[in-house]
Amino acid sequence: MKNLKNIFTVLLVTLVAFNCSNDDDAAVAGPTGPSGPDFTGVYTQQDQMGRPAVNTVFVSSGSKDMFNTTVPSNQNAAFQSMFEANLTGLSPAYANPGDANALGLDAATFTGLLATDVLNVSLDGTTTFYDGTNVLTGRTLADDVITVELLLIFGGEDFSENPTLSNDNVDANDKAFSTSFPYLASPW
Amino acid sequence: MKNFKFILGVGVFAAASFFFLSADHIDAPAVQGGTSDITDFYAFQGENTDNLVFVANVQGLLSPAATGNASFDENVMIEFNIDNTGDNVEDLVIQALPRDGKMYFFGPVAPGTTGLSSTVIGSGPQTVVDITSYGTSPIVQTTAGISAFAGPRDDPFFFDFNQYTAIIGGTASGFNNPGTDTFAGTNVMSIVVEVPKSMIGGSGTINTWVESKSK
Repeated sequence: MKNLKNIFTVLLVTLVAFNCSNDDDAAVAGPTGPSGPDFTGVYTQQDQMGRPAVNTVFVSSGSKDMFNTTVPSNQNAAFQSMFEANLTGLSPAYANPGDANALGLDAATFTGLLATDVLNVSLDGTTTFYDGTNVLTGRTLADDVITVELLLIFGGEDFSENPTLSNDNVDANDKAFSTSFPYLASPW
Repeated sequence: MKNFKFILGVGVFAAASFFFLSADHIDAPAVQGGTSDITDFYAFQGENTDNLVFVANVQGLLSPAATGNASFDENVMIEFNIDNTGDNVEDLVIQALPRDGKMYFFGPVAPGTTGLSSTVIGSGPQTVVDITSYGTSPIVQTTAGISAFAGPRDDPFFFDFNQYTAIIGGTASGFNNPGTDTFAGTNVMSIVVEVPKSMIGGSGTINTWVESKSK
């Protein structure tokens, strides 16, 4: 009986060894299959991003890693009050009762939107961060997202307040984008 | 008094954000400057309007001299997350992992588990493309309606970050006109995938975000 057990062990080891070596050989991708590169294992979160510059601008310095490892569905509860405090610190007019940005959002509502850091994207037509008509329906390469965000932070109800702070006057990329895949310009 | 209040506000802001770059470049201590540092995320309608394009850029501020030696980290997964039920929890993912000069894309496919830990899901669509080398034409692979690209590109982000830093630091009172694009002449490592809208919900609005995850 002892010998039988040993033989079984040897067979098992052989089987495992055969599977391992076979993993390295073939060409088809399969994470746990018998062929192709080995994609097994657990991958753990490092960084995340939805809308541009949200972590940079609204999350306090000691909390940036935590923000990157909080799932979006938990971000509002964990970060909305921090966002509101930082927004009001940055643009004090938001502290005035009834003050709002050009989207009609007051500090609590605006930061409530931003704290859940996902990009809202329409599957039905124009995709843009903001084009004067459509708001938060995606983000194209050419969208001047920084100026949009500066306007919403500093520009007041009609984009007219703090004009020297609400536009960085860099309105386009330094290389033209392609209308075809992969859309981004060739590297410098 | 109004001015004083404003300056105070900027001071508080400076403490919160001084060393961190936009859009997501170098956004947090654990990832800044590393191979898992996401610099930007884009999602937009494709040239074929039945498709949606996802772009994730990593490893920002690469000089032209450094770009030829830059590479994707084989221990880092870039994962596009798609919520099409409105609860900000991913219903579908597209996972991208590099191996031996190729980028392997898995999905769109339902994740094994949602949240901070992922395993590669091989049961959905798979798209494999050679990673484009610096200085060569972009290599594009289209398989079953999904197009894929991976390689160095010009950083599409633009912002007068230096003047912003001066404002935050109290040495300037506003932006210049014209401004100066701090990201001009710099490159990123880029992953671009275009999928039929029918694979990710068809119509309506999705919520989407990108994650880097390491092994």
